Amino acid sequence: MITKIIQKKWFALVSLVLAILALWYAAALVMNGRQIINHFERKHQTWTYSQVISQAYTVKRPMVPAPHQVAIELKKSIIDKSITSKRSLIYHAQITLNSTLLGFALGTLLGILLAVGIVHNKTLESSLMPWVIASQTIPILAIAPIIVVVLGAVNITGVIPKAIISMYLSFFPVTIAMAKGLRASDTLHEELMFTYNASAKQIFWKLRWYSAQPYLFASLKVAIAAALVGAIVAELPTGAQGGLGSRLLSGSYYGQTEQIWAALIVSALLGSILVWLISLIEKRLLTRRGGLSHA
Amino acid sequence: MLNIIKLTTYVGLILLQLILVMKAEVGFYQQTSALLFIWFAVIFAVTQLLNELTRISEAMTQQAKWVKPLIPALFAFCLLLIWESIIKGFAVSPVLLPTPSDILFAVFNNIPTLWADFQQTYLKAVLAGFFLGSLSGFIVAQWAVKSVFLRNGLLPLGNFMSAIPIVGIAPIMVMWFGFDWQSKAAVIVVMTFFPMFINTLAGLQSVDAIHRDLMHTYAAKKSQIFLKSQLPQSLPFVFNALKLNSTLALIGAIVAEFFGTPIVGMGFRISTEVGRMNMDMVWATIVVAAIAGSLSYGALALLEKSLLFWHPSIRSGNKR
Repeated sequence: MITKIIQKKWFALVSLVLAILALWYAAALVMNGRQIINHFERKHQTWTYSQVISQAYTVKRPMVPAPHQVAIELKKSIIDKSITSKRSLIYHAQITLNSTLLGFALGTLLGILLAVGIVHNKTLESSLMPWVIASQTIPILAIAPIIVVVLGAVNITGVIPKAIISMYLSFFPVTIAMAKGLRASDTLHEELMFTYNASAKQIFWKLRWYSAQPYLFASLKVAIAAALVGAIVAELPTGAQGGLGSRLLSGSYYGQTEQIWAALIVSALLGSILVWLISLIEKRLLTRRGGLSHA
Repeated sequence: MLNIIKLTTYVGLILLQLILVMKAEVGFYQQTSALLFIWFAVIFAVTQLLNELTRISEAMTQQAKWVKPLIPALFAFCLLLIWESIIKGFAVSPVLLPTPSDILFAVFNNIPTLWADFQQTYLKAVLAGFFLGSLSGFIVAQWAVKSVFLRNGLLPLGNFMSAIPIVGIAPIMVMWFGFDWQSKAAVIVVMTFFPMFINTLAGLQSVDAIHRDLMHTYAAKKSQIFLKSQLPQSLPFVFNALKLNSTLALIGAIVAEFFGTPIVGMGFRISTEVGRMNMDMVWATIVVAAIAGSLSYGALALLEKSLLFWHPSIRSGNKR
C-alpha cells in the first residue's frame, strides 16, 4: 500500500515541492539570521536565538526572503496594482512578452528559411551549416546590451532591438531541427513522389513539410524558451524602459530582494506558460495528422 | 581551359576588392559610386566560386577532403570583406559597427587586458561552475535511475527549469556569494545541472535490457555493470549535455558579471566599454569569448570522437 503511493507521480512531486519549501525556510532562517546577528554585534547589543528567529522572517531587505514574503510581494505587484501602473509586474511581463513573441516569430521564420535553403542547395549547406553551428558556441547573449545601445543610438528603440536578440537565440534550434525534419520523409513516399513526376515545389509542400512538423514543434519549444531568455537579458541595460529584466536589475541595484524574486517567479511562469501553449498546439496539430507517431 | 579562366577572374575580383578596401580612402563609395559595381561583381564571383568548390568536394576525389573545409572559410572571409568594404566605403561611424580590421587591431593591442578578463571569467568562474554543475547533475542522475520516487519528482522539475530563464538568478547569487567569481560559478552550476541531469538519466535508461541480462549472467558486480555497460551506453547523452553546457556556462558567466563584479572580467569589460562607446574593445572581447566558446566546444567534440569511436553516430561518418 505504502510503496504504491510512493511510486505515484503526484506524491513525488508534492513531496519535492514541500522539501523545497522547507529548505527555503531553513535557508532564509540561517542566512537572514547571520545578517541579524551581525547587525546586533555591530551595535554591541546582546541577543538571543529566539530574538533572531522571530526577526528572521520580517527583516527588511532580507538576504533570502521567505516564500510567504515573496507571495505577498507578488500579490502587491500583480493584484493590488492596476495593469497600466509602472509598478505592476503584469505591465512589465507584457513588455517582455511583446519582444519575446516578435523575436520568436522572426527567429522561427529565419530558421525555417535557412533550413529550406540548406536542404535544397548544396552550396548553402556546405558554406552555411558550419557557421550556423559555430554561431551558437559564441556567447551572443553577451552582446545583447550592445545591440540595444547601438540601435538606440540610431533611434531604433523599444521592441525591435530586444526582438533581434530573441531572434538570434531562437533561430538555431529551428534551423537544425528543420534541416533534419525536411530530410526525414519516408523513402517510400519520396519514390512515390518521383513516380508521380512531382516538382521540387510539390515534393516540398505535399511531403517534406509534413515530415518536418514533429521536428519543428520539438524545436519551437526550445526556441521560445531561448527567446524569453534573450528578451530578459536584452532588457538589462535599458533600465528605465521596463520589462522583467529591468525589474531584476533595479531590484539588484537597490537591494530589493523581494522584487527580484517576484520578477523571477513571474518570468518562470511566463516561460512555462509559453512552452505549455506550444505543446498544446503541437498536440492538436499532430493528433489531427495521425498522432505523435515519430518525434 | 575556359573554366580556369573563369575561376581566375573570380579570384582576381576578390583580390581587387581586397586591395580597394586596404588602399582607398574612407568613404570611397560616397565619392565614386561606380565602385559599387565591383562590390556586386564580387558577390557574384563569391557565389560562383562557392558553387564550383561545392561541386569539386561532391566529386569524391582525392582533393575533396582538402576542399571541404575551404568552403566555409572562403564564405566567412568574403563576408568579412563585404562587411569591411561597406563600413569603410560609406564611412559608417565606428560606434555603430567597427570594421573587422579595427576589431583585430583592438585584440592585438589589448592582449594583457583581454587575458586578465579571460582568466577571471573563463579560467575561474566558467571552469569551476561547469565542472561542479555537470558533475552534480551526473551524480544525481545515478541516484535517480535507481529510485522511481526521485525520478518522478526531479524530471518534471528539470523540464520546468529548462523552460525558465535561469540567468535571472544572477543578481541573487551575486548577493549571496559576493562580487567575485564564486557567484558566477554558482549561476553556472544551477544552469548546467539540469541539462546534465536530464541527459544522463535518458542515457542510463537507454541501456539495453539484453545488456543488463548479460551482465547479470556474468554475475558482474555493481561497479562492473556501471563501468562496462551503463557508462559507455550513456556517454553519447552525457557528451550532448557537456557540449550544451559549455555554451551555457560562458553565457551565464558573462551575463552574471553585468550584475556586479570586481574591475576585471569579460562581462565587466563589455558593459564598461559600451558605456565609453569604445566599440572596438567590446567586439574584441566578444571575439575572445567566441574563440573560447568554439574551442571548448571543439575540444569536447574531439574528446567525444576519441571516446565514442564505437558508436554508430560517429562510426557511420557523414551519411547524407
